[in-house]
Amino acid sequence: MKTFIGIDLGSTTTKAVLMNENQEVLGRGITNSRSNYDTAAAVCKQEAKVGARFTMFQNELGSKDEGALSLLEGLERNFRLEQFLAELKILEDTCYGYLDHPRFKDFKDDLRVALRGVFTELEGEAPGIYAKDAERKSDFFRDIAGSRFMNIGERISKEADISFDHMLNVYDKSIIDIESLVPADEVVAEQLLNGLSRAVRESTDLNVSEEEARSSLKKVLDVEMEETYVVGTGYGRVRLPFPKEHIRSEILCHGLGAHMMFPGTRTVLDIGGQDTKGIQIDNAGIVENFQMNDRCAAGCGRYLGYIADEMNIGLHELGPIASKAKKVSRINSTCTVFAGAELRDRLALGEDRADILAGLHRAIMLRAMSIISRAGGITDQFTFTGGVAKNNSAVGELAKLVKDNYGDVTINISDESIYTGALGGAAFAHRAVVN
Amino acid sequence: MSEKLEINKSKSQILQKEMITSNYDKITSGECKVSSTFVPGNLNELVMCFDMANNLPEINAIQNGMRKKSGGMIMEAERQGHSEDVCTYVKADVGQMAKGNIAPNGKPFPNPDLLLLSYTGCFTFLKWFELLREDYKCPTVMLHVPYDANGNPTKSMRDYIVKQLKEDVIPTMEKVSGVKFDIDRLREYMRNSAKAEDNMVWMLEQSKRTPSPIDCYFGGVYYMGPIFTAFRGTQDAIDYYDFLRTEIQERIDLGLGVSTPEGDMGEEKYRLVVEGPPNWTSFREFWKMFYDEGAVVVASSYSKVGGVYDYDGFRHDPENPLESLADYCLGVYTNRNLPTRVDMLAQNVKDYNADGLLINSIKSCNSFAAGQLMMMRQIEEITGKPGAFIETDLVDPRYFSAANVKNRLESYFQMIDQKRRGGGSATVAA
Repeated sequence: MKTFIGIDLGSTTTKAVLMNENQEVLGRGITNSRSNYDTAAAVCKQEAKVGARFTMFQNELGSKDEGALSLLEGLERNFRLEQFLAELKILEDTCYGYLDHPRFKDFKDDLRVALRGVFTELEGEAPGIYAKDAERKSDFFRDIAGSRFMNIGERISKEADISFDHMLNVYDKSIIDIESLVPADEVVAEQLLNGLSRAVRESTDLNVSEEEARSSLKKVLDVEMEETYVVGTGYGRVRLPFPKEHIRSEILCHGLGAHMMFPGTRTVLDIGGQDTKGIQIDNAGIVENFQMNDRCAAGCGRYLGYIADEMNIGLHELGPIASKAKKVSRINSTCTVFAGAELRDRLALGEDRADILAGLHRAIMLRAMSIISRAGGITDQFTFTGGVAKNNSAVGELAKLVKDNYGDVTINISDESIYTGALGGAAFAHRAVVN
Repeated sequence: MSEKLEINKSKSQILQKEMITSNYDKITSGECKVSSTFVPGNLNELVMCFDMANNLPEINAIQNGMRKKSGGMIMEAERQGHSEDVCTYVKADVGQMAKGNIAPNGKPFPNPDLLLLSYTGCFTFLKWFELLREDYKCPTVMLHVPYDANGNPTKSMRDYIVKQLKEDVIPTMEKVSGVKFDIDRLREYMRNSAKAEDNMVWMLEQSKRTPSPIDCYFGGVYYMGPIFTAFRGTQDAIDYYDFLRTEIQERIDLGLGVSTPEGDMGEEKYRLVVEGPPNWTSFREFWKMFYDEGAVVVASSYSKVGGVYDYDGFRHDPENPLESLADYCLGVYTNRNLPTRVDMLAQNVKDYNADGLLINSIKSCNSFAAGQLMMMRQIEEITGKPGAFIETDLVDPRYFSAANVKNRLESYFQMIDQKRRGGGSATVAA
């Protein structure tokens, strides 16, 4: 099967979208960008392929009744569990490898026993982490394994009377190695089949036999996915091991991606980690004009990350807190550093945290409006993309400003908006071969 | 130590470099009086009538920018209290003075004998010379040039300038230099100017060819050096532009495209018109972003900043020397109103078969950055060709963000490609 893949290497996350010859999106993948773009690209491409296998399996099941949907949901969870266990095993072995370092020679054996204890507990916990209805704050191995390792490791090291710092040191070295691993297709196939067995075992409302489901999955796994054309975009694009003609500017990719998600789009606002882009496109998704922040990342996604750090809360908590504001504090600065000072000043004056956060959300949207104005204003329809589009308070402030300045305009935000650039890249890949 | 790249330079580039160096030798020789003035409204023929050397502080700032010295000079000026937002040409000049006022030839600049402010379209120029006057305590003469707000300079504007020349500028120059003004000498220089200007216009128009044999922005900087500085009106300038013409003709005969620091550029893929000066501190890196992608600048407003000779056919006129100097000052690019600049650039996009207009807006030059976005929109509308906007600075290295500029340029080139191919619609199916 011919596949067309777009990879968007952002400053925070790397995203991939895989489509078939009919321009149907089959799979999406996302991973943290790390300092190694090559690995990030390979990992999210593999994730997009996995996503495609799921879509194909769903098509193969040919039914959208509850039983099929439940099997798919179970398969996904259990496949992630299989992946988690496999990576955990590699992580454990890698940790043991580092014990030979002269630094640990005096307490190598104790450390090994303690580590074994941590990994045994982690392994035991794993099915619970991926159980039905269990809440996971992140899908990234590093986040899940890391937080549990800290928790369990600290206790076990205390019990064993060995330094937790040594254990942490071994973990830190090992996790970097694990992050650079990209599982082979065969390994992924096996994990999917094992995941299916687990899903079938735990399911009570299956309307297909295990044999039928297994045979359908095998059929899907036998389909060879040819990487017909891959297009890279985003800030790290020059680092991709691609020839120059396979690399597209993220401005073009965001324009085309927004057009593909919402064909009526004429103006796109993308707020990413380190830049804000205002893009005008025509009725075919071709970029007519663009403006972006220059030399200074004031008011970009990273601004919110910094504010979250300053307030010692998670990035995803900012929007919900701001939405409880009774009034919007006036924040003048979109400079990340100045905003930090302004934030502390306002807190010291006794202003409500929610009101201040609402003001900060408004400040970054005011900056975005300025960039849009420079790019030629807003023409109906208006599509908002990038990580900040997931923040409802930011969206609310934007909607108010759009209404005040441009009247009634349709504002599109896709649940998959983080994949806009990668989708545009995949479409360019398709066009390079098919058109 | 990294290996130094062999830089490809044409003979005309080498020749113009020698000419610029010879002018620094003249300025620093101590054998003649020195007048400082600016590139727009540069009255070089008049300066020569008084046997004075012509020193151009903007050119000094550019030289310091290209030699990677301006950053330290700007910081020095900021230490003295000049704000971050002040024109970086000014700060480079002030910083140069504070650091011993050494000319690019390694010899100290003498204090100027005269500050000749013959262009007032840039308010900063006025302030710049006020600052210098404080330091040098030398005579200063100002020729007030009315802004061409209606796109059609009037007779009274011309008369006003001629009156100032007769009653103020020339008497001051006579007094400072001790040389009596001779109008026939001025006529002779202006005759020379017109000859060089003819070849200059011929040169500019060669980029109408495909492929263009020259780059009229990055390459143009070298080509316009002699005529915009201390050589307009000299036999040297006539010889230089004759030589340049022959060199360009050879490229045309051989079917060659643009010559770059890394040799002949490959396939010409994009033809651009550029508004705004180049960035000087990363000049070569900036140029490389264009020629690596096959982009050539076929016309630029910057190549008109020291005089517009192609748009309405102006030539220095020996029959009406003072009136002609007035017309020259009124007609420099930056003295034209925005509708005229729009018309000029839109005409360039059409006549030079360009893919669109690129604006390089200057962070520390508020007077000319104002209005540029609107100009771009209007030119897009008139020509139907896409525009793009980048921002850098003249000589402050802190304001050149290579990744950002490259990102925009690549996006622009790909946007042109996409438009050429017509794109084609596609909607997502899943």
